[in-house]
Amino acid sequence: MSAAAESLGWLGVPLAVFAGAIRVSTPFMLVSLGECITEKSGRINLGLEGILVMGAMAAYAASLKTGSPWFGLWAAAGVGAAFGLLHGLLCSLKRVNDIAIGIALMLFGTGLAFFLGKSYIQPKAPNLPSIPLGFWTDNPQLANALNVNPLFPAGVLLAFFLHWAFRNTSWGLKVRIVGDSADAALALGYKIIPVRIVATMCGGVLAGLGGAFLSLYYPGSWNEALSSGQGIIAVALVIFARWQPLRCVGAALLFGGAGALGPALQAAGVSSGYHLFNAAPYVLTLLILIASCSPTRSLQGAPGELSLTRS
Amino acid sequence: MAGQKFDRRNFLKIAAASGALAAVSQSALAQGKPLVVGFIYVGARDDFGYNQAHAQAAAVIKKMPGIKVIEEEKVAETVAVQKTMEAMIEQDGASLIFATSFGYFDPHVLKVAAKYPKVFFAHCGGMWTEGKHPKNVGSFFGYIDECQYLSGMIAASVSKTKKGGFIAAKPIPQVLRNINAFTMGAQSVDPAFTTHVIFTGDWSLPVKEAEASNSLVDQGADVLTCHVDGPKVVVETAEKRGVFTTGYHASQAKLAPKGYLTGAEWDWVAPYKTLVEAVKSGKQPPNFLRGGLKEGFVKMSPYGPAVPAKAKTAADTVKAKMVKGEFVIFKGPIKDNKGATVVAAGVSQGQQDPVLEGMNYLVAGVVGSI
Repeated sequence: MSAAAESLGWLGVPLAVFAGAIRVSTPFMLVSLGECITEKSGRINLGLEGILVMGAMAAYAASLKTGSPWFGLWAAAGVGAAFGLLHGLLCSLKRVNDIAIGIALMLFGTGLAFFLGKSYIQPKAPNLPSIPLGFWTDNPQLANALNVNPLFPAGVLLAFFLHWAFRNTSWGLKVRIVGDSADAALALGYKIIPVRIVATMCGGVLAGLGGAFLSLYYPGSWNEALSSGQGIIAVALVIFARWQPLRCVGAALLFGGAGALGPALQAAGVSSGYHLFNAAPYVLTLLILIASCSPTRSLQGAPGELSLTRS
Repeated sequence: MAGQKFDRRNFLKIAAASGALAAVSQSALAQGKPLVVGFIYVGARDDFGYNQAHAQAAAVIKKMPGIKVIEEEKVAETVAVQKTMEAMIEQDGASLIFATSFGYFDPHVLKVAAKYPKVFFAHCGGMWTEGKHPKNVGSFFGYIDECQYLSGMIAASVSKTKKGGFIAAKPIPQVLRNINAFTMGAQSVDPAFTTHVIFTGDWSLPVKEAEASNSLVDQGADVLTCHVDGPKVVVETAEKRGVFTTGYHASQAKLAPKGYLTGAEWDWVAPYKTLVEAVKSGKQPPNFLRGGLKEGFVKMSPYGPAVPAKAKTAADTVKAKMVKGEFVIFKGPIKDNKGATVVAAGVSQGQQDPVLEGMNYLVAGVVGSI
């Protein structure tokens, strides 16, 4: 047992919000970046919640069977790609609505994960390691807050990369043009359907990895209540972030930090009104959405081919 | 079924089976027909927690002769449980139903019970009241606060910061009673011990439970315990942070080999057997069934390696008194954490006292509010 830590008192609240932002935000960030890619290509995949849960289950099972959490990550990515492919293919059929397929996929993914995952609830699978970025501090609380899972910096780097790639690489521009105007893409000789299928698969991979983070790192076990709607909220975060990868990171951090506020305040002794603090992430999202919306530019930045914007 | 041919042999099997089925349904009251018992759980059966404790006991009932057990898990505390109960009665012919989650009672069990007066509904944790609730409904529960008191004693004897963390789902009477018993047990060892409570808002919220555990450790708590459906996340997070835990519902010792001190566990076999045997023999089952350590409804996890011998002896002494029925936890004067007296001096609320099942306060020494 480590030496008993000193109480932090009020300082604990900002620390917990900071630590929570890092710990809780990763799945939101990964899923929303994935959805960002998918939506940039002109499709919405609402099934990410199902992919996330399925990824969490697959990662836990693979980690348990092989003894290596890294295999778990591969399994989650593979499952995510397969589900993304399924969504991509189904939506490529004529007169198929991507939103309806997404909802079906969400139910299918969660149901299948619960079914296949029954025998994995109890065993304890090896978890992903963390990078002790807090090695320089003697403060055990801060050191713990700075224990960062590699998926978090990977997600941040990915966001910067996507931000750059959407403007500066040929495939980035290709995804955007396919998403913004199918007619223009056709005129340029691009094949629309393959681009969208690949974009949806990328989204699926990231959603699967988001699930793996939940089951293999934080909270670090598989259980049917593991996802509290991260996959659905991430879709909303993309809209909130106006389809920009860097803003997705910000939105995810904000959401994660706000989620940590409720427990942190109660731990510090502020216990009245905890129901309200527990609802903080949702209240905050609503407030920012209200503050930032206006009838003239509510869908500014939305890809033109999205079924949201297409009339 | 793949590859199975519909040949004459299979046809005969099916014909024989359906004939037998018809015969059974015709002689519904014939001897030898198994008693169908339905178990309904709110979560997964192997969650290291509340549902697992019930399912373990259901597995024992399954082995009793003349009993057919049917189970359904992950049934929400909504109209879904009414549908499940009706399906168990109509389709499987269940005549005894164990509705194991607190929120099933009102209105769901009460509503279905009025519709099927011949079926007995045993609910876990509800407050059955003579005259108010139908005769074919009963409630059973264990006085697990006795175990929580003992867990509190052990927690205080190993804690250095004298600060415990309690991650709770909702402020309902049973949860409050556990928090209070834990705190009073701890204070019997060290009056300076405080319990910091975090209510997460629901029975199973893994991410929030992990956040709550981390926040409490950051605030200096070095013993964690909880009252949520699956304590797995709390126990694992505590072990990662290097603090102690006392478990709940079932034993989580395997999840925290270093920090697991002891735990409050259910042992539902005794009440289940009582109810099943009563229904089987055609007697009126008890409507209000309660028991603690003495009756074997609850038990303690074996002590972990970190528990000092002195603390074990102290806890075992109190436990022996509880088993004899001589120990009263809620003995006045008790003040709540706002300073008001909730149990006056000289008043002893024994474990059977129904007043305790409507508990709506946190005792002094608990940091938190309902």
